[in-house]
Amino acid sequence: MKLQVKDLEKEFVTDQGEHVKALQSVNLEVSEGEFICILGPSGCGKTTLLRILAGLETPTTGEVRVDGTLVEGPTRRLAMIFQDYSLYPWRRVIDNTAFGLELQGIGREERYRVARNYLKLVGLEAFADRYPNELSGGMRQRVAVARALAIDPAVILMDEPFGALDAQTRNTMQRELLEIWAETKKTVVFVTHSVDEAVYLADRIVVLSSRPGMVREIIPIEMDRPRDRTAVEFAKVRRYVLGLIDERANSQ
Amino acid sequence: MSWFSKYNSEKHGNRYRRWLLKAVIPIFLIFLWELIAIGVNNEFILPRLESVLMVIANPFAPILGTGSLIDSSIISLERVILGFAVGSMFAIPLGIAMGRWALINDLFDSLVQIFRPIPPLAWVPLALAWFKIGLTSMVFIIALGTFFPVLLNTLDGVRSVKKTWIEMAAILGAGELQLLRTVVLPAALPTIWTGLRLGFGIAWMCVVAAEMMPGTTSGLGYLIIYSYNFGQVPVIIAGMIAIGVIGLGIDLLLGTVEKRWFMWRELER
Repeated sequence: MKLQVKDLEKEFVTDQGEHVKALQSVNLEVSEGEFICILGPSGCGKTTLLRILAGLETPTTGEVRVDGTLVEGPTRRLAMIFQDYSLYPWRRVIDNTAFGLELQGIGREERYRVARNYLKLVGLEAFADRYPNELSGGMRQRVAVARALAIDPAVILMDEPFGALDAQTRNTMQRELLEIWAETKKTVVFVTHSVDEAVYLADRIVVLSSRPGMVREIIPIEMDRPRDRTAVEFAKVRRYVLGLIDERANSQ
Repeated sequence: MSWFSKYNSEKHGNRYRRWLLKAVIPIFLIFLWELIAIGVNNEFILPRLESVLMVIANPFAPILGTGSLIDSSIISLERVILGFAVGSMFAIPLGIAMGRWALINDLFDSLVQIFRPIPPLAWVPLALAWFKIGLTSMVFIIALGTFFPVLLNTLDGVRSVKKTWIEMAAILGAGELQLLRTVVLPAALPTIWTGLRLGFGIAWMCVVAAEMMPGTTSGLGYLIIYSYNFGQVPVIIAGMIAIGVIGLGIDLLLGTVEKRWFMWRELER
């Protein structure tokens, strides 16, 4: 098992002193090289779950293990990609990409070599000397992907990474992400609220229910890639997943 | 009406016309000054424009047995830079520490809040009692004047660093010191710079006031007070103009640097 989530619970205390349960008894096992999508409506705790996986927040109870090691805080084993790209605007693309290596004390020549390789992989080699502000949203997110890959993490966590992009760019990014994934064989946990995106990308979709967030169902998607959004089977799976989410909405 | 609203709605109107408009009131004031000066006809109340220009036109000439306008300016500048450097050297590290760690913040917060409203000049008597007349007293006053604007802006800059920038660095393996050096400091630098600009403005005001302390024998502030004792009103006005011009020049310089270095902040929006 690459990533293990065991009996995870997260409780917040609001300013009024109320206890709010964001996540309840979440169990999940992700195997090496798998592409997992965590799907749910906003407010279902999916981002909280991802942040706990990344070690950015601590669970109230339960644990997260990567390659068998307990996650106790942010670690290079678990790279994160935020929706806002979170690139450093005062650093050039190459220095953003190489930042993780720079922090490890790796010399300039070596880290630039590695960074260039990953920039090539995401198709941005020609933009190495530009600043993030000179790039489009899609390009910035590619830089963030290259930066995450450059530290050679065990798992890549993505928090609605294409949420801020227009529909067309979004589809392109999804396709490219799958290509990169196929090439690097990284394990990916991808949070989204788009059923379409989840069905297009995932090996398995983890559907969360809302307040408290619990695993409602884990759906394996067995269609071959690249998947055809217009195919009958695609529509069938999508309808099924949508049904799960609607049912939850109707019961409220 | 239409001309008025048209001018206001133009975003980047004709550059020369804008400069022209900005010059209108100063030119008018100079005329008014000259007119009144002729009417008053008393050098000790309001000298003619020419006599002030005479002083400014000979910046290297010794004045009444003390240094020239340039000498005085250089001395004041040296003092202000020294005091400004000392003030910033305390303010920036403290601001970063307070902005980053709640413990340090809570420890120093009440102290800062109490001392902040005290004008630097209220410290003059104590400064004289502690350090006697001289450079140390002046540096103390100027450093105090610099300290608070720099501190508060540093604090604000550090606190408003994007959360995901910090989290990203933590994931990529940054230790606390690396985080400060590679993320917090560069991210906060534009705001810190604004603080430095404000701080320098106040420091410059402080130096002139500090040089008016009894026992001082040099600098622009001293030149003004000294000239007053001799009834040299043209020198007083020339000295004031020098203070204004130097202050403006430094602010423009700092502003240019800001535009050039911190362009990313404008583009971030």
